[in-house]
Amino acid sequence: MTVQIAHSGPVTSSDEKARAREALARNSLRTEPKAVRIVVIAIAVAFLTIFVVLPLVVVFAHAFSKGIAAYLAALAEPEALAAIRLTLLVAAISVGLNLVFGLVAAWAIAKFDFPGKTFLITLIDLPFSVSPVISGLVFVLLFGAQGYLGGWLRDHDIQILFAVPGIALATTFVTFPFVARALIPLMQEQGTQEEEAAISLGASGLQTFFRVTLPNIKWGVLYGVLLCNARAMGEFGAVSVVSGHIRGETNTMPLLVEILYDEYQFVAAFAIASLLAMLALITLIAKTVLERHLDEGQDPSDH
Amino acid sequence: MTIEVRNLVKTFGSFKALDGVDLKVDSGELVALLGPSGSGKTTLLRIVAGLDWPDSGEVLINGEDALAQGARERHVGFVFQHYALFRHMTVFENVAFGLRVQPRAVRKDEAAIRARVKELLDLVQLDWLADRYPGQLSGGQRQRIALARALAIEPRILLLDEPFGALDAKVRKELRKWLRALHREISVTSIFVTHDQEEALEVANRVVVMDKGRIEQIGSPDDVYDNPATAFVHGFIGESIVLPVEVANGTVRLGDRPLDLAAGGLAPGASRLFVRRHDMLVGPPGSGAFEGAIRHVRNFGPVQRAEVALSGGQTIEIDAPRDRELRAGDTIGLEPRRYRIFAG
Repeated sequence: MTVQIAHSGPVTSSDEKARAREALARNSLRTEPKAVRIVVIAIAVAFLTIFVVLPLVVVFAHAFSKGIAAYLAALAEPEALAAIRLTLLVAAISVGLNLVFGLVAAWAIAKFDFPGKTFLITLIDLPFSVSPVISGLVFVLLFGAQGYLGGWLRDHDIQILFAVPGIALATTFVTFPFVARALIPLMQEQGTQEEEAAISLGASGLQTFFRVTLPNIKWGVLYGVLLCNARAMGEFGAVSVVSGHIRGETNTMPLLVEILYDEYQFVAAFAIASLLAMLALITLIAKTVLERHLDEGQDPSDH
Repeated sequence: MTIEVRNLVKTFGSFKALDGVDLKVDSGELVALLGPSGSGKTTLLRIVAGLDWPDSGEVLINGEDALAQGARERHVGFVFQHYALFRHMTVFENVAFGLRVQPRAVRKDEAAIRARVKELLDLVQLDWLADRYPGQLSGGQRQRIALARALAIEPRILLLDEPFGALDAKVRKELRKWLRALHREISVTSIFVTHDQEEALEVANRVVVMDKGRIEQIGSPDDVYDNPATAFVHGFIGESIVLPVEVANGTVRLGDRPLDLAAGGLAPGASRLFVRRHDMLVGPPGSGAFEGAIRHVRNFGPVQRAEVALSGGQTIEIDAPRDRELRAGDTIGLEPRRYRIFAG
């Protein structure tokens, strides 16, 4: 981007004074009295402290209340390790699936016109508008012993509910919108001209996708994956319904936090919770970085 | 390479973008598709490129059925109005793109690709921008890079969609001259779309005037300007004075005033008289076909433009040389040196 600075003749001091007066007048119009400003800011800070900072501090305070050794010991429990492993596995599966689904859906919606497009966009948002518990129940209805596919699954000895596949499915369903939602507006804004240019230059569909489309949306993809991952690791409701809470087998981190808390194992509960809190903090930082890249990436190459 | 389209029809919903278009472009020609927006010119170009598909009709490139091929196989260079440069690639990689995506069997090696890109950047005189990104270039530079990128694949034909549409007036004029010179140098069969008549007349060998999905006239720039085939062409190209006239018994009347003009073979009825502003010659009162009073006179570079109220009540604008003395308030006679009368 070339920036051109116009020099519009020498600036006289009377000009400057007039401009300063104007700026002052504008400022006093825009700003509130000092007392009001202080009160408003104080309210905002107090609110943030009570609802965001304090809970975070409490989590870490409780986690470390019996010292670092107890904290580490709680994390080293086989049950805790199993939960961490399961959470990572489920997140990897659902993020992977949603990356593919999200990319395909966003690509179809942004680059093509077809009947039922509006319906598809609404459908993508469905998991956001349905309570996660309902999402979980849907899978119980489908795959449970009394469910539509339950008999067939039992006959073929396939375990979906109360096992990793069920947890992964429920998580995937709940986190489906993130990648697609991050990409659709971005891809719509970028239009189809670069793809058309690539094809007319002889690129195949795959070459066009990997050399032109994907590099243009890479920050958006990362953004979607980040949010998707955060939700996948933190999901409670839907997973709680399908997991069956088998200790050491089908408990994810959020589920384990609840169980440990119910059993008055506060240090252990908050130790796991502190890991989730750290995930949240890392996600926030990464999100800020990505958003900066997204803004830069939107620097339009034509106007 | 020749391009031929036959009876092309394309509709978008209820809108007829192309309504039976026939066109033949000879090898090495530089043809302008000229028309107002919505006339179907860009649609025609995109169909030739394979970026859109017609409802019916034929497209032949070098005699072969192009509709049997996708855009990828047609080997057509396409330059987009908004450049469509790959924003995440350097200028060099943009130009190299078409060479890099070729099937491995025919792909040039890295050294040959570098040499070819360098050659193209030299051709568009922008070799010093090779490492920049599109976002860092001016509009005119982007357009030249887009052209270099399209030429990299040694296209059989070159199609340009409003190539200068997004540029400011001065850059546009420079690029026009440059494009004409470039075409002389590489002489690839080219079609460019424009709504700017000056651009079409200055750059093209042949001009195709389109309106409402139909071709109104095909001819040399001189031809479409001097001998417009339809009222639309006369009105669209060049500035015209249009007067409603009545044709009866081989005479032409403006209101109740008979004009001493030949009606040609026109059928009797309401018609329109078209005269170029500079073709209205000023004479003493009583001379010529019209009479009128000068309202204002303004100077436009080499000509002066006078607003004249005709005795019949109509107001027209004429252009006269600066050395001809015209004053507001004067009564003058006007004689059209050339004119056309179109029915309807």
